[in-house]
Amino acid sequence: MTGVLRAAWQIARKDLVIEARSRELASMTLFFAVACILVFAFAFVDDMGRPLPGAAAGILWVAIAFSGTLALGRTFERERQSETLRALLLAPVERPAVYLGKLSALLVLMLAVELVVVALVGLLFDAPLGAAPWMLSGLLLSGTIGFAAVGVLFAAMLVRTRTRDVLLPVLLYPVTVPVVIAGVKGTQAIFAPDPNLDLAAMWLAMLISFDAAFITLSLWTFGPVMSE
Amino acid sequence: MRNARWLVPTCLGISLLMFLCAPFLIDAAPQEVTMGVVQKIFYFHVPSAITAMLSAIVCGVASAFFLARRQPLADHVALAAAELVVLFGAIVLVTGPLWARKAWGVWWVWEARLVITLIMWMLFVAYLMLRRFGGPGSDVLSSAVGLFGAVLVPFVYWSVNMWRTMHPTTSVVPTLKAPMMIPFLWALSAFLMLYVPLLMVRVRLEQGRAALDQAYLALED
Repeated sequence: MTGVLRAAWQIARKDLVIEARSRELASMTLFFAVACILVFAFAFVDDMGRPLPGAAAGILWVAIAFSGTLALGRTFERERQSETLRALLLAPVERPAVYLGKLSALLVLMLAVELVVVALVGLLFDAPLGAAPWMLSGLLLSGTIGFAAVGVLFAAMLVRTRTRDVLLPVLLYPVTVPVVIAGVKGTQAIFAPDPNLDLAAMWLAMLISFDAAFITLSLWTFGPVMSE
Repeated sequence: MRNARWLVPTCLGISLLMFLCAPFLIDAAPQEVTMGVVQKIFYFHVPSAITAMLSAIVCGVASAFFLARRQPLADHVALAAAELVVLFGAIVLVTGPLWARKAWGVWWVWEARLVITLIMWMLFVAYLMLRRFGGPGSDVLSSAVGLFGAVLVPFVYWSVNMWRTMHPTTSVVPTLKAPMMIPFLWALSAFLMLYVPLLMVRVRLEQGRAALDQAYLALED
């Protein structure tokens, strides 16, 4: 077990070092997330320039999901382009370690982007970020884990298909929509004029159960799917 | 599979007979007090939903089996089951709004069970798209998708009970009185009796295709 975690840490560190040097994914993902917020801002703001009730939570999660898909597409594409995917798979480590390493690196990236996106949503849509900061952090963390857990698996298995750019969102969104729904509903409960933390806690519990199911399935599936 | 050739026409015949008799039984069943005649769609809506969910589980189990053992039969069963989820899911998604228009006054409501049923249906459409456009190796990739689709089934089932919703809860069916229960079970049996031969025929077709591919490859070598 410690061997798997150590190998996962090495793979995650490799990805993070590449990212820290190039800043390719972080800058593109962040810019795309901000562009998403801008596009949705025009759809969910009334004539007086005020956001519609509940819009901030929706915009936040759509920006996270869309920008996350962009980052997902690139994590394995980078391996493919530099032809290091085979080397990664031939490395004398357990397959789940490769999955966990890729997942951890992607999570760090997505959470870093979310820091800016959440602040921006709070600023532009007057969302009460301080209403329940721990609950909001829990929802964002568990929602991002659920989204990325499925996303890394699908991005990895699609890396060798010709139509991967189109197929990734086609496969990813139906599976992760429950996560996005739970995230939006939980965040709406926090952002409401009268915050309902019990409701937010229920959605958080649901997100955690989704995370457990998705990570278990992905860990089991990653090996057989990447075996060729 | 080959020894059971007689099973397909027999099941199909029984199913056809049951579907022919079903309207009479449904007509004879007592009318629901608040919804009236509109409620009768329930006799086709719920059995098709149960069949779709069953098919999703079949697809998930076959996919898991294929991932673990790589037996082509498991993959053929998974593909056939996925197509049938889309077919029976489409019946659910057509009959549901027809009922909702009369019962709730709108075609569609964005609530838990409707949304998650739609998601499950879309996931299996995505499964078929991956099979069609994924290129070589898509059988292994789609089995991962099939597995995730099957995991959604319990969420579909429990969604109405867990979340506050307008949809009738899952406790409605077990508490049906005999005059309504008999036509319901009749319709359910008719759907399941249709499901089995459809699955078998589709698996057989896929086996034929695989054998043909093998023959082409052998000819080229």
